[in-house]
Amino acid sequence: MDIWFFLIQVLNGIQYGLLLFLVASGLTLIFGIMGIINLAHGSFYMLGAYLTFWLLQSVDSLLLAIVLALPISAVVGYLIEALLVRVLYRRDHLDQVLLTYGLILIFNEAQRMLWGGDIHGVKVPAALNWSIPLTDSLSYPVYRIAISAVCAALAVGMYFVIQRTRFGMWIRAGASNRDMVAALGINVKLLFGAVFALGAVLAALSGAIAAPISSIGPGMGDTVLIICFVVVVIGGVGSIKGAFLGALLIGLADTFGKVLAPDFASFSVYAVMAVVLLLKPRGLFA
Amino acid sequence: MSRLPRSLSILLSAVIVLLAAYPFFGDVLFPNKHAFLMQKLTGIMIMAVMAMSLDLLVGVAGLVSMGHAAFFGLGGYMLAMLSPEYSAANLWVVLPAALVVVAIASAMVGYLSIRTSGIYFIMVTLAFGQMGFYFFNDSKVAGGSDGAYIMFKPAVEILGVSLLNLGDKRTLYYVGLGALVGVYLLLRLLLASPFGRVVSAIGVNENRVRGLGFDPVAYKLLAFTIGGTIAGLAGFLAAIQYGFVNPATLSWHHSGEALVMVILGGMGTLFGPAIGAFVFELAKMGFESVTEHWLLPMGMMIIGIVLLLPKGVGGLLLQLFSGRSKMEGGQ
Repeated sequence: MDIWFFLIQVLNGIQYGLLLFLVASGLTLIFGIMGIINLAHGSFYMLGAYLTFWLLQSVDSLLLAIVLALPISAVVGYLIEALLVRVLYRRDHLDQVLLTYGLILIFNEAQRMLWGGDIHGVKVPAALNWSIPLTDSLSYPVYRIAISAVCAALAVGMYFVIQRTRFGMWIRAGASNRDMVAALGINVKLLFGAVFALGAVLAALSGAIAAPISSIGPGMGDTVLIICFVVVVIGGVGSIKGAFLGALLIGLADTFGKVLAPDFASFSVYAVMAVVLLLKPRGLFA
Repeated sequence: MSRLPRSLSILLSAVIVLLAAYPFFGDVLFPNKHAFLMQKLTGIMIMAVMAMSLDLLVGVAGLVSMGHAAFFGLGGYMLAMLSPEYSAANLWVVLPAALVVVAIASAMVGYLSIRTSGIYFIMVTLAFGQMGFYFFNDSKVAGGSDGAYIMFKPAVEILGVSLLNLGDKRTLYYVGLGALVGVYLLLRLLLASPFGRVVSAIGVNENRVRGLGFDPVAYKLLAFTIGGTIAGLAGFLAAIQYGFVNPATLSWHHSGEALVMVILGGMGTLFGPAIGAFVFELAKMGFESVTEHWLLPMGMMIIGIVLLLPKGVGGLLLQLFSGRSKMEGGQ
């Protein structure tokens, strides 16, 4: 294999991994802190992509469309938490699975009613629509580098918020003892609502920035959801650091699987997960 | 598992009698849709078998599997692969062969999976299920992503005399009903046995069972294998009914649907998940006939049931009927 070709695959794998991290971080945050298994997380990814596509019909700039899509996703996420998920905190995990499964159906149907069953695409913004030449025949698109940069910046930002700010402290405290945090006078309901909305925003943002390099269509959320669960579980449920490493591992495994054994690329991702869990039954960083 | 309240047993038996009589009065009630409904009900009864087999894992042993459809699909694929192209297979050969293969596959997956627990178990079983899905989807075995047809229904003969014609829709309906009742009774017997009691105890508190000197791993493995094999039987029957298998029968969507049937119907009650299969499939059929956007009311119904019936439809029935018998006892 040519060294440049190899390098491009590594870059692709890292870019895909970082994007996966952005989606999966919301999932692991919601599970780790609130103890909720949110199957509808992939639907927020889909929501972000479709909102961006829809807003781009009225505004010119991708950036503006994304900026407008995020608060809408936050409101949707907050409302779902406040109206439905809140009832289930003290219930069995499987009840949450069933509830959020119902939500997936509703989201998928709402998507079909609003935007139909066609596959859509979003253009890469002109300013980022060029490539860095590597050799005479190979080059690397700048937009993919931009995605990686945004995801990496958000990963650092998330680490800072959770570890170094008061809000992050509340979140960590709420994760370990919800009742104690409430007793200290912190509005846990609002806090959890905010965390759920934050998770929705992270997923929607991933869907939005991935829109120009992937197609937007029905069922896109389901595929992402399953891969994110793989990432979260490999890393250890609830661990942001684990989600980060798990995402990179899966991003690289998927990319190289597609290059080396195209027939068994999807197989390879699940094989990696099975091996990790058989060696470490609670993930890498639980 | 404790005995069902007597009035509930009577109600469930009445439903079975009604199902058994359906082929005789169906065309009076639904003159235009009778054949369609009978096929639909056959499919639902087969799914009910699948849901009960999953309940043995999820509701009884506490093993939440998201890869159960892999065994269902494998059962169907075994029929497709073992059937000769231009003649009928012998049921007495292909059925045991298919079940043995599924049993071995579920024992292997179970052996590797039950080392993990909780959400990790959900995900490992999901991973194995998806590996099975991609195995049939991406390889050239049995038609790849297109799936494979079973041109001839297996022959059911003894000494050359045909016992059943599985190509006949009404016969197949009764085969489905027989599987539903047979598997239910088999699982009730199993759960009443010493083995079943230990498995139920593991579902409640695994550490205490270990403390009593049992090895939970062996019990869980056997329960997983039995559940997987019964799912394989359901898949085998479904393949006979549709005459077709495709990779989607193994996918996580299908595993998820079975899990929804179990939770909807009420985990750990056995009859509940069977009811869950009927509720799920009939609701789907009803909503589909009213609107093309049937997923919307379907999702709302599921959410409504979670919020209002924490123990599912089966839990509600148990509560209603045991409540009444208690009152009667007090008078």
